Amino acid sequence: MNYILGAFKPACHISITFSDGKSRKQVPLKKENGQTVMVPLFQSQENISGKISIEPVSGKKVEHNGIKVELLGQIVRELDVPGEIYERKTYPFEFSTVEMPYETYNGVNVRLRYILKVTISRGYAGSIVEYQDFVVRNYGPPPSINNSIKMEVGIEDCLHIEFEYNKSKYHLKDVIIGKIYFLLVRIKIKNMDLEIRRRESTGSGANTHVETETLAKFELMDGAPVRGESIPIRLFLSPYELTPTYRNINNKFSVKYYLNLVLVDEEDRRYFKQQEITMFRLGETS
Amino acid sequence: MHHNGVEDEEKWLAAGITGLQQNAFFMHRALDSNNLKDALKYSAQMLSELRTSRLSPQKYYELYMRAFDELRKLEIFFKEETKRGCSIVELYELVQHAGNILPRLYLLCTVGSVYIKSKEAPAKDILKDLVEMCRGIQHPLRGLFLRSYLSQVSRDKLPDLGSEYEGDAETVSDAVEFVLQNFTEMNKLWVRMQHQGPAREKEKREKERSELRDLVGKNLHVLSQIEGVDLDMYRETVLTRVLEQVVNCKDEIAQCYLMDCIIQVFPDEYHLQTLETLLGAFPQLQPSVDIKTVLSRLMDRLSNYAASSAEVLPEFFQVEAFVKLSNAIGKVIEAQDDMPVIGVVTLYSSLLTFTLQVHPDRLDFVDQILGACVTKLSGKGKLEDSKSRKQVVALLSAPLQKYNDIDIALKLSNYPHVMEYLDNGTKKEMASVIIQSIMKNKTLISNSEKVEALFELIKGLIKDLEGNLQSELDEEDFHEEQNSVARLIQMLHNDDPEEMLKIICTVKKHILAGGPKRLPFTVPPLIFNALKLIRRLQNRDENVAEEDTPATPKKIFQILNQIIEALSSVPVPEVAMRLYLQCAEAADDSDLEPVAYEFFTQAYLLYEEEISDSKAQVTAIHLIIGTLQRMHVFGVENRDTLTHKATGYSAKLLKKPDQCRAVYACSHLFWVDDQDSIKDGERVLLCLKRALRIANAAQQMANATRGSGGSVTLFIEILNKYLYFFEKGVTQITVASVQSLIELITNEMQGENATPDPTADAFFASTLRFIQFQKDKGGAVGEKYEAIKV
Repeated sequence: MNYILGAFKPACHISITFSDGKSRKQVPLKKENGQTVMVPLFQSQENISGKISIEPVSGKKVEHNGIKVELLGQIVRELDVPGEIYERKTYPFEFSTVEMPYETYNGVNVRLRYILKVTISRGYAGSIVEYQDFVVRNYGPPPSINNSIKMEVGIEDCLHIEFEYNKSKYHLKDVIIGKIYFLLVRIKIKNMDLEIRRRESTGSGANTHVETETLAKFELMDGAPVRGESIPIRLFLSPYELTPTYRNINNKFSVKYYLNLVLVDEEDRRYFKQQEITMFRLGETS
Repeated sequence: MHHNGVEDEEKWLAAGITGLQQNAFFMHRALDSNNLKDALKYSAQMLSELRTSRLSPQKYYELYMRAFDELRKLEIFFKEETKRGCSIVELYELVQHAGNILPRLYLLCTVGSVYIKSKEAPAKDILKDLVEMCRGIQHPLRGLFLRSYLSQVSRDKLPDLGSEYEGDAETVSDAVEFVLQNFTEMNKLWVRMQHQGPAREKEKREKERSELRDLVGKNLHVLSQIEGVDLDMYRETVLTRVLEQVVNCKDEIAQCYLMDCIIQVFPDEYHLQTLETLLGAFPQLQPSVDIKTVLSRLMDRLSNYAASSAEVLPEFFQVEAFVKLSNAIGKVIEAQDDMPVIGVVTLYSSLLTFTLQVHPDRLDFVDQILGACVTKLSGKGKLEDSKSRKQVVALLSAPLQKYNDIDIALKLSNYPHVMEYLDNGTKKEMASVIIQSIMKNKTLISNSEKVEALFELIKGLIKDLEGNLQSELDEEDFHEEQNSVARLIQMLHNDDPEEMLKIICTVKKHILAGGPKRLPFTVPPLIFNALKLIRRLQNRDENVAEEDTPATPKKIFQILNQIIEALSSVPVPEVAMRLYLQCAEAADDSDLEPVAYEFFTQAYLLYEEEISDSKAQVTAIHLIIGTLQRMHVFGVENRDTLTHKATGYSAKLLKKPDQCRAVYACSHLFWVDDQDSIKDGERVLLCLKRALRIANAAQQMANATRGSGGSVTLFIEILNKYLYFFEKGVTQITVASVQSLIELITNEMQGENATPDPTADAFFASTLRFIQFQKDKGGAVGEKYEAIKV
């Protein structure tokens, strides 16, 4: 949208700065055009404040019917009554303790964005608009109950395994520890992988659309084990771009994570067992 | 796929190496520019080449070694990286982000090595983590090499006593635990190889497995190198755990190799102190395991250990090593019912070697072993295969070699019983070994019981054994064997004549049963040995009451007579006759006229009845004459009879020259220097004249048959006899008779029929020179000869 605006050669330059812009953490955000930009990071209940400067291009005057700043989808603040701007004019703004329960999310079929939008309303010439993305991440305490996942699965007289993941809820930089215990092996296994899969569902009812992505494919075992073997699991999550699990965000979408244990036999048949894990964002202790 | 297996493999290896080198190149670049991220990326890609399943162990090893070299460089880089401030803990995590497990684990082991060196965490924790994580590789070949790599990078970083990585009180246990775990896992992988792939490739697989065995065995070597493993820990942990794995893996190849490994890598004193545990494992092994070889090697080692120093022997006694080994062998043999005889004998053979080394004084142990061997051999008949026979020979030879004394073997009651199981050929071989041992060590077999036992042992050589076909015998071998028996008989000796006589009787009994073929070899040495005894008795104090003792020359002569008589069954009259004459001479020395006469009679009888060959007769008659000439025991009558006979025989020889020579030889029977009673010049002359007549006749016969004069040699020979007696002062030999003989010869030589004969010429010339020489001497002799004109 920016370049469409640019085609009109705006009569003025709008800049948005946050009051703690220098010290606030910046995080990368992938935009629709694929470019990654660094944007400030907020969390729910924070004040979002700053200044907006409007500077007319080379002495031109900008006539307007009023200037406002919106936190998109939420709140509008009037910055100025209709009038004219001849020279650089700066407006402070502040949205106090903004309720932002949902995190910024960039999915396959759904995006959740937070944007500041400055609009200079004009009559005939059309409005001048400027956007500023920022990212919201919300941190929670570690879950009070975090059981391990332990399960025995198998195909009768063919393969019986017992696997264990040390937790059912992992934070984004966590490490999955576990083991697979082979109770019965009558097939020739070639290798075994642990996959992390993300299931993003959008819409609701009959219109639900589900998209599944494999974010990690991590080889756990090479070769064919025999009965009684126990194979360790240690998978560090930090290298992967994971988000917390989102359940029914604003009745629009959900994002869930699964650990998929895949055994491949010599004829390339795949045997797998998928288990949901909950991802959460752990407050950074600094 | 199978036709071009080798070629394809070369191709795959080449491709693997190329891939590895390419990534190594990029890795080096990353290392040079301190780019950790790229270093990790390319090293992981490089290590991915090791994920191949297409290479045989040998080729895989080649690839592995290249990767190994590259990993050394990477390890150095990691180390430098930590010096530059990169946290080793982070590095340890970072390498675990790799998605493929094999590269991930190689990298983890490499960083782990640096981690231990950094001492930021206890070595035992890191090692434990590494060895646990390696479980992810279940592919036998790849797993073996990965764990081998782990073993390689960790061996100098074990938390051993005195090592810089030494930990808390349990540090040695931690080190041992780590190695044991790696060993156990490696062995499991190794054994698993046996059960993978099609059955028809079993042989190939076994070959491949044996190529890999040292990777597994290496762990045991590492264990043996851990300083902190003392006897207690070895007993309680190391041995128990290793044996547990060995027994439980139920794999023939592994059990065989690892048992041997245990024996070879750990110290002998540990084996000795844990003998029961170690031996206890043997009966639990698979029936197909070649226990005998392994157990034999254990015993060989212990034997060598015992031999290394006398100081260690008490250890052996203290743990009752013999009893334990003996029991273990018993159990193994019992458990493996179908163990071939060779196995049984090999085991006992090794035990015997051990016993001889450790308990040289315990003959009862040795006998016990032989007894056990007999029990096992009984019911199996003669040993059929040559290997087992060889092994039995080795078994039986061991005590001989140890004690250098057949005496010892003769005390072992089971020794002959073991020999029973040998076939005839091997019995003979063994007998030869025994005789050689006696010869080599100059063992004195000093009484008749021992001789009896000895001859029982070597009866393979002494008599024909049943089922032994004559045709099997090689003439030369037979002679060799019998000559060795002859040598043995010569060696028998006891200072006590009574005992010596018993020995002679014993030998007599055995050799007389030996069959006609052997007698010509065995009788003479026995006769001479007996004659030796007689000579000893002659030198003895005459006062010894002869009646009480059986060992009188007279009695011995009786025995000798019987022995020689046995030769009559064999057509060897010449030998028998010689022996009679020898005995006669001995009897002469003993002043036993009737005995001597009897021997002569026997000799004459043989001459008359058995010796019919002309040449043999000539030889015999000269022997008779020679012997008779030396006899002094005979009275006039007996002598006359014998002399008369001898001259008679001489004149009856077939060929004239032989007759002639025998007859002139007889002349000596009538003139013996040191016997005054025998100085009969008349008969000397008679003999010589008779000889001349015969020579003449010979000459004429030659003329008649060949048209030329025969040789004058006979005349010259007779002339020499004339001269001899002339000089001795036989009055009947006159100057005239000598003179005429010279003339006769001269004429003959110059006669028209004379054949030129340079030998005769020379002989005659030197005879004349002798006469001249005597003349020139002057004195009485010169005077005597003066009358002869030349």
